[in-house]
Amino acid sequence: MRHALAQITGVLRRMFESKLAGSINILVIGIALSLPAGMYVLLQNAQGLVAQISGAPQISLFLDMDAKTDDADNLGKQLALHPTIASVEFVARAQALEQLKQSTGLADVIGGLNRNPLPDAFIVHPKPGTAQSLDALRVELAKLPKVEQAQLDSAWAYKLEALLKFGRMLVLILAGLLSLALVAVTFNTIRLQILTQREEIEVAKLIGATNGFIRRPFLYFGALQGLLGGIAAWLIISLSLLLLNWQLSALSELYASQFALHPLSPGDSLTLLLFSMYLGWLGAWLSVARHLSQIELR
Amino acid sequence: MIKFNQVNKRYPGGYQALKNVTFDIAEGEMVFLTGHSGAGKSTLLKLIAAIERPNLGSVLVNNQNVGVLKERALPYLRRNLGIIFQDHKLLFDRSAFDNVMLPLQICGFDYRESHKRARAALDKVGLLKREKSSPIALSGGEQQRLCIARAIVNRPAILLADEPTGNLDAEYAHEIMAIFKSFHQVGVTLLISTHDESVLQDTGVRVLNLRQGELQPASPFATSGGSGQAASTGSGQA
Repeated sequence: MRHALAQITGVLRRMFESKLAGSINILVIGIALSLPAGMYVLLQNAQGLVAQISGAPQISLFLDMDAKTDDADNLGKQLALHPTIASVEFVARAQALEQLKQSTGLADVIGGLNRNPLPDAFIVHPKPGTAQSLDALRVELAKLPKVEQAQLDSAWAYKLEALLKFGRMLVLILAGLLSLALVAVTFNTIRLQILTQREEIEVAKLIGATNGFIRRPFLYFGALQGLLGGIAAWLIISLSLLLLNWQLSALSELYASQFALHPLSPGDSLTLLLFSMYLGWLGAWLSVARHLSQIELR
Repeated sequence: MIKFNQVNKRYPGGYQALKNVTFDIAEGEMVFLTGHSGAGKSTLLKLIAAIERPNLGSVLVNNQNVGVLKERALPYLRRNLGIIFQDHKLLFDRSAFDNVMLPLQICGFDYRESHKRARAALDKVGLLKREKSSPIALSGGEQQRLCIARAIVNRPAILLADEPTGNLDAEYAHEIMAIFKSFHQVGVTLLISTHDESVLQDTGVRVLNLRQGELQPASPFATSGGSGQAASTGSGQA
């Protein structure tokens, strides 16, 4: 146990000896990892936003401007009986104008209008279904008499969802490529270390060290370097989000809304660190497997 | 303890380092291996530690055929051997003490016990006061003794020494021979290679003489060196 500890302190000592080269390596790993991980964070935020907005899709049904109150009543009854509709809300044109006045601060402009430009409307809450079934319902409702237009409010959300899927694929590809780069960086670092410690490895082999004993410090080193790279990536992402949120708060103040990017969740942070640690270990393992056997005893 | 049977070693490129070498070293015996440089002494020692493998014949150490040992088994063979290398093979990035600790770390000894043993080994070769020095600060003789301390620290049954007095002056050489004799007295099997016959004087131990890879029936160096008692071993004797 104490010997393993001695091996680890040896690894740390070696790491601190090569301050510059070591920190450059860690920075390279950190930057490489922060790209896909940062994109992932942005995607998570966008997805959260989409879920928030399109949580319950609804269909807005705008009636003809000349529709009478009776027409609206009839339509309301009809809609309430529809099998794929959960509930219906009627918004009278006067009520809609009032809401518009209050919510947008355009009271002056609206007050200047000599007649109400808004039609009567129904807000239809469909029962949960797929994008296709919702669209079918929208088409069906649009054909009803006295209906001017049926609008599926979450249509853009589905488009965004498709865009997010594309983004996720991009993150995956980027993560795959940059993980490969991380493994390559570690592979090379360990290769150089094996070369410089050739003598030590040779002596250890000659006095009865198992391959496992010789391999271990290199694997520790790879894992540690990967972990530090992961921490660097985490710091880069957190710092970037801090800067972005600072700018966003100025922006959202103008829009009188509260919007901020969420940082990496504790679970995702842990995953990032473990993953980078694993990649470092893997790079070291590959390098050791490749290069240790090339050391010939003399 | 160590048994060579019709051993041939040819290096890639065709150089024949050992030809039909056969001998037997009993447990607790102290044997010298002599011959000019290039006679095959180092090769013979390397075959015992399985650093090289024979092309023909068998090398038995402790009744184990080391020539056919699997790579995985080699570390455990080498832990039973103490090897003193011609070029010392000390590590200059750590203290003398840490150099001696290395074999114990490799074997996974208890930490406190290793400390005791390492200091005892350094004491045995008279280097306890220099334990914190880097090997580079040690003289040639001290480096050689440090190498011995490292070889004996895990108390191996067999000690192999390749030219341990190679480039030391006579006084240092005798000191080191005295250390070897003390190991011999406690029952360690020793095989010591040397091209320097002067150290063989008054030793009265057995001598294996190699010439161009062949074991000589009698040892002219030992006898001309004034040690008539040095028993010679023919290649047929086992």
